[in-house]
Amino acid sequence: MNRSPKLAVQDLHALKSRHAAVFAPSWATRSATIATVAVLAGLFVFGFWRLDFSFTKLVSGIGQLGVLIWLMIPPDPGSWARFVTFLGALAETVAIAFLGTLLAALIAFPIGFVAARNTTVNRIVRFASRRVLDGIRGIDTLIWALLWINVVGLGPFAGVLAIMTADIGTFGKLFSEAIEAADRKPVEGIVSTGGARLHQIRFGVLPQVLPVIAGQVLYFFESNTRSSTIIGIVGAGGIGLHLAEQIRTLEWQAVSFLVIMILITVAVIDAVSVRLRSAIIGRPQRAAA
Amino acid sequence: MATSFSRLPDDRLAPYARAYDDANRKKRVQAILFLGIVAGLTLLSGAVAEVDLFKLFGNLGNFFSYFDRILTFDSGPMVGRRVWTDPSEWLWGLGKWLSLLGDTILIAYLGTMLGAIGAFLLCFSASTNLMPNAWLRGLVKRVFEFCRTVPEIVFALIFIIAFGLGPVPGVLAIAIHTMGALGKLFAEVVENIDMKPVEGCTATGAGFSDTIRFAVVPQVLSNFASYTLLRFEINVRGASVMGFVGAGGIGQDLIEAIRKFYYADVSALLLLIILTVVLIDLGTERLRHALISREERP
Repeated sequence: MNRSPKLAVQDLHALKSRHAAVFAPSWATRSATIATVAVLAGLFVFGFWRLDFSFTKLVSGIGQLGVLIWLMIPPDPGSWARFVTFLGALAETVAIAFLGTLLAALIAFPIGFVAARNTTVNRIVRFASRRVLDGIRGIDTLIWALLWINVVGLGPFAGVLAIMTADIGTFGKLFSEAIEAADRKPVEGIVSTGGARLHQIRFGVLPQVLPVIAGQVLYFFESNTRSSTIIGIVGAGGIGLHLAEQIRTLEWQAVSFLVIMILITVAVIDAVSVRLRSAIIGRPQRAAA
Repeated sequence: MATSFSRLPDDRLAPYARAYDDANRKKRVQAILFLGIVAGLTLLSGAVAEVDLFKLFGNLGNFFSYFDRILTFDSGPMVGRRVWTDPSEWLWGLGKWLSLLGDTILIAYLGTMLGAIGAFLLCFSASTNLMPNAWLRGLVKRVFEFCRTVPEIVFALIFIIAFGLGPVPGVLAIAIHTMGALGKLFAEVVENIDMKPVEGCTATGAGFSDTIRFAVVPQVLSNFASYTLLRFEINVRGASVMGFVGAGGIGQDLIEAIRKFYYADVSALLLLIILTVVLIDLGTERLRHALISREERP
């Protein structure tokens, strides 16, 4: 700005004297900002030191990474037989995501009503169900996969159960929030016609929350496709098993091929779920208009 | 107050009743069709995913007995007793585990910060209102998409070969994934800003970086901070499993305990992880509410 001093800049002194309060530095905010930044930066530096970051390590690693990326080109599955195996594993991945999401939604549906303030049975049940959902959500899908492998053995079924369990926690929370956000008026309408508690939920709450819930389930189907690509790493089926194996055996061309397969699948499912979601959420709006 | 309704005569009521039935039937057919499709897909994917309900019900007892087992001492002087009867025996490795948990949080923190910095630097080039060059904008958007679609564990597996075992590949994997996820959100925030301050800055002859510093950043900073906090929470969860593939943190000890059937250790580690995640959830929620309320109070 000092390249071309214009009117406002020439007038700066006058402006400053006229609006002293605006230009005066507020030491309280400034010191708070400086303190926050200092703490964040300090933690940052401490982290680098604690986790053994070193310049030479980074540089040599990035060099290595360049070599690996060079080795990945062109993507190549190796043979037709392997390509067919990969396709099968990819289908398994999508199936795991689909079943896991569907089962989680079915199980979380009643839990959502119990955990919502306006439809719950009583306070204690609501509190308990919330804490259980929090606990379930605190454990990552991969950990659930390891636990389920102990129960049903290695294979995609353990993956389905892992996705299901991890999502019950998230769905339960999201559903109960959707239910709590529902409009009271339709429920009051049902009460005024003499509807019982279940009628209130079925005809007052359900029609409002169903589109929201359907949208969330579709969204999670998409994000679960991503999670189910990796649960194979611990042996719970799907394409992750092949991906981990190809990385460990340093078959870089097959690795990049697998990554591209995953990217395409996720993009396709993303497109489909966006379509479906706008169809579901769009419908009641059109009816109202 | 008594109110009486007069009922329409049957011949006038009939068309309404028919229309009501028609509307209902159409909806019902749609719903049945939809359920049919879902059921078909379920059966198909059940076959592909080798779902075996007999195995599940046969072994479901195992699931609950597994939790029973991890909550019982299986060796030492307290064999057969519940783990919480002797906390010092149960949490025998508390010091080591807490330091590993600290590492896990640090991995998440560094990954989140690095990713957020990357996303911050790139997001302005990915938003329609600030970057007129469609080609460059598309490129940055594709980079974000790639970074967030490839799961962080996959990045970690590849980085481990380049950088060696340890927390460094974990941090970098989380950073890359975070950059992709936050980059998209940041760009959306930037696309929704009020353009008047930008025009004001442009009118004074400010360049790209000055415009962003004085017209854009003050509008978006609290939103950016809120999204970054949310991401930090997600990344703590992600960092807890980085150790599964050898990328540092508490995951290494957990997978060992699960694979080697150190039952009491499994429950202790799960408890510590859940507690950490819940505490961080609560902390970030507080901070985000504080940020939002500061935003609303001018």
